[in-house]
Amino acid sequence: MLEPLAAIGRRTLTWLARLGRAALLLVALLREASIGWQRPRLVVEQLHAEGVHSLLIIIVAGLFVGMVLGLQGYNTLVHYGATGSLGWVVAQALLRELGPVVAALLFAGRAGSALTAEVGLMKSGEQLAALEMMAVDPIRRLLAPRFLAGLIALPLLTAIFSLCGVLGGWWVGVGLLGVDDGTFWGQMQAQVALGYDLGNSVLKSLVFALLVSWIALFEGYDCTPTPYGVGRATTRSVVHASLAVLGVDFLLTALMFTEV
Amino acid sequence: MDKSRGIEVAVGLFVLLGVLALLGLAFQVSGLADWRPGGGYEVVARFADSSGLKPRAPVTLAGVRIGEVTAVEYDAERFQALARLRIDGRFRELPRDSSASIVSAGLLGEKYIALQAGGAYDYLKAGDEIQLTQSSLVLEQLIGKFLFNAGSGGGNRPPNRGNVGPPPEAGDPFAQ
Amino acid sequence: MTPFHIEVRDLHFTQAGLPLFRGVDLSVRRGELTAIMGPSGVGKSTLLQLIGGALAPTRGEVLVDGQAPSRLGRRALFALRRRMGMLFQSGALLTDLTVFENVAFPLREHTELPEGVLRSKVLDQLAAVGLEQAAGLYPAQLSGGMARRVALARALVLEPELLLFDEPFTGQDPISLGVLQRLIRAQRERGLTCVVVSHDVAETAAIADTIYLLGEGRVVAQGAPESLLASADPWARQFLSGEADGPVPFHYRGAGHA
Repeated sequence: MLEPLAAIGRRTLTWLARLGRAALLLVALLREASIGWQRPRLVVEQLHAEGVHSLLIIIVAGLFVGMVLGLQGYNTLVHYGATGSLGWVVAQALLRELGPVVAALLFAGRAGSALTAEVGLMKSGEQLAALEMMAVDPIRRLLAPRFLAGLIALPLLTAIFSLCGVLGGWWVGVGLLGVDDGTFWGQMQAQVALGYDLGNSVLKSLVFALLVSWIALFEGYDCTPTPYGVGRATTRSVVHASLAVLGVDFLLTALMFTEV
Repeated sequence: MDKSRGIEVAVGLFVLLGVLALLGLAFQVSGLADWRPGGGYEVVARFADSSGLKPRAPVTLAGVRIGEVTAVEYDAERFQALARLRIDGRFRELPRDSSASIVSAGLLGEKYIALQAGGAYDYLKAGDEIQLTQSSLVLEQLIGKFLFNAGSGGGNRPPNRGNVGPPPEAGDPFAQ
Repeated sequence: MTPFHIEVRDLHFTQAGLPLFRGVDLSVRRGELTAIMGPSGVGKSTLLQLIGGALAPTRGEVLVDGQAPSRLGRRALFALRRRMGMLFQSGALLTDLTVFENVAFPLREHTELPEGVLRSKVLDQLAAVGLEQAAGLYPAQLSGGMARRVALARALVLEPELLLFDEPFTGQDPISLGVLQRLIRAQRERGLTCVVVSHDVAETAAIADTIYLLGEGRVVAQGAPESLLASADPWARQFLSGEADGPVPFHYRGAGHA
């Protein structure tokens, strides 16, 4: 009779304990961030793994998303004779939403899952325990540089994604559909605000970078140290990070872009 | 050593590419037009009706963007809207008796503020108020007036109803 | 200084609600090779983690050099750990570093040695375990026995006083086994305190000075290898000669049948 209730209670407690461990890990990561300027080499190595290796997928995806935006935007605007606004529509959609969000989702899939698997394998291979026994703090030596690299890489990847998207939209709009080149850029520059649109874009991508890196590292660090456990943690890392990005995006958009 | 040099170069390229993309977005996409920290000065203008006017709407003179709306507030003493306009520092010499009107970019477009230069020899300073203003044109009111005029055979103007609708000196574009 | 490097007194430890240790007493003499033996699941590796301070006793105490690792602050614990080397069963090498960098790792983390000195120290240690030619390989390219030898070089490079070995002989071919036995014994001859946790009776008995036999949560037998092998204790007899049934039953007894 009470068994289902007890099960719910146990699950809630398990979940709360995980949340608590995740919060403690975030505190530790922020506390150990000083390794970034004491040993920048470690961060550079991780920037290579997380940033450079994600570059290709970001550029290709950015171009395609921009091309679709150009096509769909044109098809809609042409009804109102407002195809001159195409540049503005493409740029604002990319800066405000699609750039930060899609780049973060791709980052979670490409770099986040790799982080989780890497840290999970280190745990199951007793490497984290071995570091502890060598009097080396694995959070400081292994996790903090990966966390910092994520914080640096994703905003840069987002900027690259957005710029590629604008170029993709420009190629479809101006190159294929015959929108006037000057109007395309002129409307964009007149309507897109640097501090407001670009600033918030960077802010969003920083928040997403923190979320994705944190979740990916936590899932790896907290996984069951078996092959099955690492696999499960990797899946969870991508799912949780993607949901977190989308959910927090709604909150941020509501805070940033609500006009009274 | 070779391998680590390769990593350094690749990361350096990556960071450079990211920063260039940010700069590209800043210059080519947002045009850097409205970003002049500390520059510029603020003037205010009161409107009987500011429907549709939002912060960051452009302020233009002769169709050229010279600044933006920073805030639209409510003036409880006069029951009017108070718009704060930041004019770019390059446009210091606006005649004191210039007028401001809220106009739309096209039938469905955003509202913005268009200034018309006056003839005075002294200029607007920070904190000044633009005295001559023309409020938003509210489409429903215009249509209502148009129908009223059409019904009464035209020519006769409806009695002005105070602060609602455009002030009489602005003329009524549909009342011909 | 006490003659004992490690002292375990009345150790109780409960894991996930199950009592693993119920009053373990043992002491490891400085400079000796002490083996801790027992069947799988008796908690031998857990005992090493308690000595290393990764776990805390439920009751009783574990003292290393007179200090209780579980009660030390992080800084003091790390200072204590720098004087001990733990060798994991898998080797636990960092997979993204070469053999050379793995051995150099503790030096890079804890010292500011110039590259030349560091290099010669690392190569010396690799030569001591016979793997100086493997310096450029990655851990994935090593056999299990080689990985354990690299792990030994990595543990030795900081010149510890105490070495803890977790199942060093499991799954090794006879040649690799002989090499590992010789290397471990050599450390004891150099004056290091060694603790070997193992269930491989013959290999361990051949090199140990003292053996503790764990069973049912406590020490069931202890002594020099010869005296222990001659022991009449039924528990010791069953484990040391590998009989299927005895005090440890052949049929697993779940909690429901207790």
